[in-house]
Amino acid sequence: MERTAIRRRLTWQVATVTDVRRETGTARTIVLEVPDWPGHLAGQHLDVRLTADDGYRASRSYSIASAWSDSQGSTIELTVEQVPDGEVSPYLVDVLKVGDPLEIRGPVGGWFVWKPEQDGPVQLIGGGSGVVPLRAMLRAHAHTGSTTPFRLLYSVRRPESVIYVSDLKELASSDDVDVRLVYTREAPAGEPRVGRIDADVISKYAFTPQDGATTYVCGPTPFVETVADLLVAAGHDPARVRTERFGPTGGPR
Amino acid sequence: MSETNYLDGNAAAGSLSELFAVDLTAAVARCNGCGHTAVFAESRLYVDAPGMVARCPGCESVLLRVVKTPNDTYLDLRGLTYLRVPSS
Repeated sequence: MERTAIRRRLTWQVATVTDVRRETGTARTIVLEVPDWPGHLAGQHLDVRLTADDGYRASRSYSIASAWSDSQGSTIELTVEQVPDGEVSPYLVDVLKVGDPLEIRGPVGGWFVWKPEQDGPVQLIGGGSGVVPLRAMLRAHAHTGSTTPFRLLYSVRRPESVIYVSDLKELASSDDVDVRLVYTREAPAGEPRVGRIDADVISKYAFTPQDGATTYVCGPTPFVETVADLLVAAGHDPARVRTERFGPTGGPR
Repeated sequence: MSETNYLDGNAAAGSLSELFAVDLTAAVARCNGCGHTAVFAESRLYVDAPGMVARCPGCESVLLRVVKTPNDTYLDLRGLTYLRVPSS
């Protein structure tokens, strides 16, 4: 991404909503048109800022759900899960509509990213809406025609909580991509296991420490702590486990 | 401060980008308290304070604080021995 090699001081800019898609009862994908978007790496995020009539401002950080390529130019997607009593997400999920302006700043973050030229297989582990940046990585994998083996372990409460249902089906049809769902409250017919990701799930479905994979874990803080501990206990090199946590507030102010 | 009310250094990327020309979340940070050395993105970020506080995942010492007032931004780097930024 040569265009981002010349860093500028990042400023807020106004994007326009061009589409809103319902993912689940509480999650929406918001498609934004951003003038002069410099491009982004899969896994990066951006900050969204809302300003009330009285001048009060609140901002939150959201992962970018889409991969970027020249052909997409200035279109990016965010997927937002509504946080009960949240300051920002209820507006984004319930109120924001096509044609509305939205103030954003980004892309930001250079650690929780996947680059197609990176060595070794990729293990993705997401909890709830923690799947969002992982979807961007899967999208980048598909766009670039990468043959790097990718595995996604996606922990959800129940079948209705799955974000990107049709997208994941399509991605899973690739020989290089394995998608596995783990249901913590209620599983669909034919899926006997209900429970959180544990050492057994990790040893069965994740790459082994010998595979030299880079693992990306994203989800609520307790989920990330648990999974990262399980990985290290299973012998994975902590330096190859990258994490991104989000809290009950859905992100920083 | 409850067990899990923190985020991580990734979430500070936007605020830090207002202040620095390079991405500090991917820089390696050394804690002045215990010497723990890790990527800044792995630090614990508390945002339920009047500002943003990053703490060491090893010893919980304050590494960095960013506080905004209507006119200024305060940047407190008291807990960092160094930040190692990849040259590129």
